[in-house]
Amino acid sequence: MPPSSSDSASLLMMRGIVKQFPGVRALDGVDLDVRAGEVHCLLGQNGAGKSTLIKVLAGAHQPDEGTIVFGGQEVRLTGPTAAIRLGISTIYQELDLVDGLSVAENVFLGHEPARLGFVGQSEVNRATRELLTGLGHGEIRPTTEVGRLSPAAKQVVSMARALSYDTRLIVMDEPSAALAHDEVANLFRIIRELTAQGVAVIYISHRLEEIREIGDRVTVLKDGRTVAVGLPAKETPTSQVVSLMTGRNVEHVFPPRPRPGSHDGRPEVLRVEGLTVPGRVDEVSFTVRAGEIVGLAGLVGSGRSEIVEAIYGARRADGRVILNGSPVRGGSPSRAVRAGMGLAPEERKAQALLLDQSVMRNISLSSLDRYARFGWMNRSREASDARRQVEELGIRPPQLDRPIKNLSGGNQQKAVLARWLINGRKLLLLDEPTRGVDVGARAELYAVIRKLADEGVGVLLVSSEVPEVLGLADRVLVIREGRLIHQSDARDLDEHHILDMIMEGRPA
Amino acid sequence: MSDSLTPAVDEQANARAQRGKPTPGPTMWSRLGGIPHLGLIIALALLAVVGMVTVPETFATGSNLVSVLSLAATIGVITVGVTFVIIGGGIDLSVGAVMALASVWATTLATQSYGPVVMVLCAVLVGTGAGLVNGLLISYGRMVPFIATLAMLVAARGLAQRMSDRRTQLVQQANQAIVDMSTTRVLGLPVLVYVFAVVVVLGWVLLNRTTFGRRTYAVGGNPEAARLAGIDVRRHTVLLYALSGLCCGIAAVLIMARTTTGSSTHGDLYELDAIAAVIIGGTLLTGGRGTIIGSILGLLIFTVITNLFILNGLNTSDQLIAKGLIIVIAVLLQRRSLKSVT
Repeated sequence: MPPSSSDSASLLMMRGIVKQFPGVRALDGVDLDVRAGEVHCLLGQNGAGKSTLIKVLAGAHQPDEGTIVFGGQEVRLTGPTAAIRLGISTIYQELDLVDGLSVAENVFLGHEPARLGFVGQSEVNRATRELLTGLGHGEIRPTTEVGRLSPAAKQVVSMARALSYDTRLIVMDEPSAALAHDEVANLFRIIRELTAQGVAVIYISHRLEEIREIGDRVTVLKDGRTVAVGLPAKETPTSQVVSLMTGRNVEHVFPPRPRPGSHDGRPEVLRVEGLTVPGRVDEVSFTVRAGEIVGLAGLVGSGRSEIVEAIYGARRADGRVILNGSPVRGGSPSRAVRAGMGLAPEERKAQALLLDQSVMRNISLSSLDRYARFGWMNRSREASDARRQVEELGIRPPQLDRPIKNLSGGNQQKAVLARWLINGRKLLLLDEPTRGVDVGARAELYAVIRKLADEGVGVLLVSSEVPEVLGLADRVLVIREGRLIHQSDARDLDEHHILDMIMEGRPA
Repeated sequence: MSDSLTPAVDEQANARAQRGKPTPGPTMWSRLGGIPHLGLIIALALLAVVGMVTVPETFATGSNLVSVLSLAATIGVITVGVTFVIIGGGIDLSVGAVMALASVWATTLATQSYGPVVMVLCAVLVGTGAGLVNGLLISYGRMVPFIATLAMLVAARGLAQRMSDRRTQLVQQANQAIVDMSTTRVLGLPVLVYVFAVVVVLGWVLLNRTTFGRRTYAVGGNPEAARLAGIDVRRHTVLLYALSGLCCGIAAVLIMARTTTGSSTHGDLYELDAIAAVIIGGTLLTGGRGTIIGSILGLLIFTVITNLFILNGLNTSDQLIAKGLIIVIAVLLQRRSLKSVT
């Protein structure tokens, strides 16, 4: 890649940034050039490294290798304060505002103009009002509690906070995700005003139409590397952008699929009718047959996780869920488990594991009654069942009494699957089963999932990674903004198709 | 690649095991962590040594041992219940007040007219009922455990005062069987000490050998994971507080036996002693971890300290200061050993 270091107008220059986490190389040599006064768009699939990159820029992560030049000088961003002091502000996707504090207190949190340690409240309010007016939102009162504001107004407050520093570069992570259409227009107006003053903006979004409207140049990331630098945002055709984002090296080894149509005669394990979660999921209906792996493809926030949670009873919803021909009353995961469902939730550590407890206790958690007579645990049967799973799934190290927090992500996930394998499920819901799992262990997980399906379990799979859905699932459902917009056999789709649909809503 | 984390952990563990001599700092603490409750046992032994040195003629006597154990029995039974609640991720501040209410209810003239068996049943039912109310408020009323049980503390004391007219109610001559629990000795120990022992053993079995115990650890360790694994977290939480209430009812019987009275002033600040014992015993207030044995050792440490201060004729204020220090030291030491393990 030809470095454009001769470009003297560059405000920010990142070269060869590498960031390694246990088991995964999140950034593997990223280059980025941002000029003063431009809107620079950062594109890439989930897991491409965008979030890690902006955390490096915000000083939240320290890169293992690479150089950062800002304003003509090589800098080290040793912490969030260092980044802010240089003039780099970041507006995160999950707005990091304190709901219980006022607008003004949030804007100046951590750098209150103070005299002898006393915060001059009227001074803070005045400065806040000035910033908000500048952003075209003079109607937001500095004294209002932030928790009472709408998402759009919170966005404005975040922006005011970024501007309360002497900012030269603002990083915006999916700023439009929570906004309605006309609010996006206002966001763009603010961005244009900022760039007119020479402030640079790094803009991250999945919506290609927005990038065309507001962006100047585009940098594309894939698998932790920069694959294209400084493409013109307006002229580059969508097909080129999408193929830069996709076309990854074949690194996933998927197990062979049964022949098309081989599930046709199998009984329906799951039938979902008119599933609706107000504001999140809109009238979604589909079926899963015994032995079939059905993939749900969609962006984060498209409603795919909500669909899974609603089926499992972990989230209130309208509509009908029918398992093996009999309806399951919603609202209770324990009822869903008794009916024969199992869930591997999205956040493994927060939602699935008892981190302090042993591998065995994590595996047997959902089957305690199987090993008990009148409540008394038969521990040898529990141990022998768990040991069999540990051996069959190749959980390493193969020790039942080791605290599960000492296992790698892939082995933890195998233990979560083992939890459901020991008590014979009819339907398994897998939400991002390979998140935080390295490539080698992924292939093993894929094989386990396919084997389960071959034994007659119906599998509903959610993944942010389109290649995973395509490679593993028999049938793919495409979810966009809470609706099921397409379903077909996985073999009839390619990555390009699906990305087009989930990003632009274009039918295949 | 997939095991990139685990070999390092193995090496650490091996290195720790192979190093013959304990090195100072975390390594020593993790070695000590290998023997359960060693720190608590050492602390208890040290206190015994202090007792034998400072008051040799009174400390190491049979009658002193009996008085220490009788004193420990009442709070001990409560501590077993509180251990369950805290491992399950909650807290129960109402235990002392609920015990007082149960003792008053069981010693009203009306209850006493039915005889000792009904008195015991009454105490146990009142305790369990109060615990059930706590559990329902927390699980289905979505109240914070601290607040729900604080409300129960205040209300139960008030109800006890109202029922007894703030008078101490004596256990009648006809119901002497209750008082006999503290006066009758089997193998040199009063019956109420055996009641305490039975509660501890049953508590240990329940926590370590049954699905109820497993669920308790799961619900306290990660309620969301427990819920998604199919455990009915709300129902289990109700049962935990009911169990704590049941223990308060049993403790009420023991205190009636020891003091021959039921009173609204019984068990004042027992909740603090019980919680302190649980913490000293190594149970995390955040839930998911802890043991019955640890709690009982913690309680014995507390009781022996009280005993030593009384035998040495020191004043009770100094005793409170010492107890406060013990709590702080215990938690600081535990934090060090926790850190070295994780």
